[in-house]
Amino acid sequence: MLTADIATVLPELLLTLAGLGLLMFGVFHKADATRAVSVLAIIAFAVVLLVLADGDAKSATAFGGLIAMDKFTIFTKGLILVASAFTTAMSVDFLEKEKIGRFEYPVLIVFATLGMMIMVSAGDFLTLYLGLELQSLPLYVLAAYHRDNHRATEAGLKYFVLGALASGLLLYGVSLVYGFAGTTQFAILAKVLGGHEGTASSMGVMVGMVFVMAGLAFKISSVPFHMWTPDVYEGAPTSVTAFFAVAPKIAAFTLMIRVLTGPFGQLSHQWQQIIIVIALLSMFVGSFGALGQNNIKRLLAYSSIGHVGFALVGVAAGQEMGIQGVLVYLAIYLFMNMGAFAIVMMMRRKGVAVEGVDDLAGLSKTHPALAYVMAAVMFSMAGIPPLAGFWGKFYVFMAAVQAQLWTLAIVGLVTSVVSAYYYLRVIKVMFMDEPKGEFDGAVGRPAKMVLVLSTAVIVLFTLFPGPLLASAKAAAQVLFPAVG
Amino acid sequence: MENWHLLSLTTFLPLVGAALILAIRGDDQAVVSRNARNVALLTSGVTFLVSLLILAVFDPAEAGFQLKETAKWMPGFGGAAGIGYAMGVDGISVWFVLLSTFLTPLCILSSVGAVEKRVKEYMVAFLVLETMMVGMFCALDLILFYLFFEAVLIPMYLIIGVWGGVRRVYAAYKFFLYTLLGSVLMLVAMLAMYFDAGTTDIPALMAHAFPAGLQTWLWLAFFASFAVKVPMWPVHTWLPDAHVEAPTAGSVILAGVLLKMGAYGFLRFSIPMLPLASADFTPLIYTLSIVAVVYTSLVALVQEDMKKLIAYSSIAHMGYVTAGIFSANVIGIEGALFQMLSHGVVSAALFLCVGVVYDRMHTREISRYGGLVDRMPRYALVFMIFTMASVGLPGTSGFVGEFLVLMGLFQTNTWVSGFAATGLVLGCTYMLYLYRRVIFGKLEREDLLSILDMNAREIVVFAPLIVVTVWIGVYPSSILGPMHASVGKFLHDYQAAQAAHSVSIAER
Repeated sequence: MLTADIATVLPELLLTLAGLGLLMFGVFHKADATRAVSVLAIIAFAVVLLVLADGDAKSATAFGGLIAMDKFTIFTKGLILVASAFTTAMSVDFLEKEKIGRFEYPVLIVFATLGMMIMVSAGDFLTLYLGLELQSLPLYVLAAYHRDNHRATEAGLKYFVLGALASGLLLYGVSLVYGFAGTTQFAILAKVLGGHEGTASSMGVMVGMVFVMAGLAFKISSVPFHMWTPDVYEGAPTSVTAFFAVAPKIAAFTLMIRVLTGPFGQLSHQWQQIIIVIALLSMFVGSFGALGQNNIKRLLAYSSIGHVGFALVGVAAGQEMGIQGVLVYLAIYLFMNMGAFAIVMMMRRKGVAVEGVDDLAGLSKTHPALAYVMAAVMFSMAGIPPLAGFWGKFYVFMAAVQAQLWTLAIVGLVTSVVSAYYYLRVIKVMFMDEPKGEFDGAVGRPAKMVLVLSTAVIVLFTLFPGPLLASAKAAAQVLFPAVG
Repeated sequence: MENWHLLSLTTFLPLVGAALILAIRGDDQAVVSRNARNVALLTSGVTFLVSLLILAVFDPAEAGFQLKETAKWMPGFGGAAGIGYAMGVDGISVWFVLLSTFLTPLCILSSVGAVEKRVKEYMVAFLVLETMMVGMFCALDLILFYLFFEAVLIPMYLIIGVWGGVRRVYAAYKFFLYTLLGSVLMLVAMLAMYFDAGTTDIPALMAHAFPAGLQTWLWLAFFASFAVKVPMWPVHTWLPDAHVEAPTAGSVILAGVLLKMGAYGFLRFSIPMLPLASADFTPLIYTLSIVAVVYTSLVALVQEDMKKLIAYSSIAHMGYVTAGIFSANVIGIEGALFQMLSHGVVSAALFLCVGVVYDRMHTREISRYGGLVDRMPRYALVFMIFTMASVGLPGTSGFVGEFLVLMGLFQTNTWVSGFAATGLVLGCTYMLYLYRRVIFGKLEREDLLSILDMNAREIVVFAPLIVVTVWIGVYPSSILGPMHASVGKFLHDYQAAQAAHSVSIAER
């Protein structure tokens, strides 16, 4: 039994060992080990990814139901690992230039990733909470990683205080659910809530569910729990922002989907209302909030709020198609953000990082290749075909139309037109304004590779959509076993 | 007949050229520009020749889609059927494919001298644009169509925004956002259609009968997109801005091809797929079309800017097109199609005419010109030919289109026909007024004394346009012939759907 359990969590175990080993290596290595530890961390991510992909993709539970493993978790874990590896790669040169390179950085990312993987495979509210905390604590440290910088420490503190509040809300919700339903395990909870009419509509469980959702909504930064996002995005070092923008959100989304379709599956009429409202608000705030932003990181913060809103449309639609849409959306979102942040990290003049949208002026003349890539990313985020971002939106809205959520679909698409305005503004600045001066050359090779890979996905997805769509479908099917 | 993937070849050949241009490197900017231009010209020229092959193998007697190509593309999603890659042309779309491939090389040729900065990117943008236009007219899958339809925005936004005039940024935004807003509503409608019919295949959707209640909503959503693209009054305001600010070649493509996308959409989607709603909304289309014809003609009359005047005249001419399409008889629809093609050539040529003097004087203000006939006799002749074609002089292409539309409209609704006919008079007025102010009168401006007449390159650009204008004006059957079968089927299906509906109402 124990061997079977261990085999199930092998990827997590490997990552734990890698994290501990890297920590030791960093401590005992005499010279500055940031670069070496980063490389080793990326190798560790790659190995774990291979182990994940190699394992038989059967659904399994371990440790008496605390851990659940299936194609759904494998898919999102894969995304998280890719995001972590990309951020680590992009960070290497950035940290050196900012002179904040220390070997703890990649180690913290490894542990945060571990926390996310545990979150994703949670089969019980306690595992969920443990994983959530394990990912949050390294993230708090990372946000304040530039410790001599006021903005960064402010970002770290804000994130910590609000994050702790969200964790508290979540935990309170869990305790309520436990109190009214008598268990914290997803599988049993689903049976209990589905079994008795009385329990399903019990006010206590509902309130508990709302609290749990609030805690998770904070993690994905959806409105009304989005206030921290622009400040933290702006304050944190850019490489950390890139990490924040993607990996934790994917993990929290996975969790939200898992919790809503699993234990709270019977309450779908209730939570669908909530999701619709926060999706609408997020799309609204995401598109209108960004209009006045001049800092590219803040702009991307609002853009990510908007993207979360779009992805939530798929959650609201529910069913296999909606969830598949969300998964496709998250995968594409990952590559778009990685591309965007890789470029933001390259924005340096005379050794100082610049973050204004205006600083991109005339990029098409000074750095044509960068400008084209950024234009592709921006058009993709705006959802213009044939770029990948269009398909992300396409599939979630397809699910919304299937579920006949007309208001959501139409309002969502109209806000996407509003958001197109600020993405276009970035392109306008790059292509139609006069150059403000060149950026420092000598972009690190790892960051370049991340950029090339992300752009390739964004541009070529239209031609080869099969693999991603098929694996997202397989992942989504797990959550909706054929009714029979 | 073997089809050698002709449609895909025509569609994607320009992309190959664009890739080649991107590969051109060098330190000498002039050499790079020249090479880029030559590659672009060569690619678009070859593309045009390939598209002529399409016409050669096209069977005019066949009413359905020909030269079909299908391939698997997007796998099925959440239990629904997959989205396929499907291409094909019928007697309606084949002409628009040719129109696109015909105008692109001329645009590229006309930009020599006019566009000096970032020539490489300019050429890439035009070739990408060509791919999107041709692909859109060939697409036989709803989603594939949408993909091309929307993707046009990217190169066009850059063409207006980077190489345009003073207020280019404003115009580029307006163009992009206006069109996008219309299109996203269409996307919702397309998804709804997909779930109702279970397929995205256009011929299958044409055969599918949508519930009457749903049709109304779908029709309105499609209308939002196509009306902006046409553009119909009152959502036309982006067009004058876009035209004025766009570089000459951009205006040519905009007027020549992009405006046709909306009207083509009505023909391909609104009427065949949503026949009941189309019948219900015909009065709306008539009203908006007449307003467009009369109102924009009057507006054109008071314009000070040559390009703006022609832009407004485009809106008026497209008013004929939309009215003709919804007249729902063979003459009206064929007239509308003919008018679209004619307008594609003539308005493109008129914008090129403006470009000729703009390149020399760098102004489009009408009052800055006058008496050009003394210095530029060849130009005066060319400009006159296209002015006459725009006015609808018999013997030019413009006459055939307008005459057929009016005749078709007369059969269904004499009032509409009567109002639309006033557009002819107004059209004459503003075009002749423009011509008189620019070409005739006394040559008073000092700086005009040294203006040069058209050079050999410009004559090469205009010659094919003149030939086509006169050819299809004198011998319209060469265009109308291959249309007959497809238009006949189109109308037959439309009337059958109406009949079936009234039977079902009667049974209830």
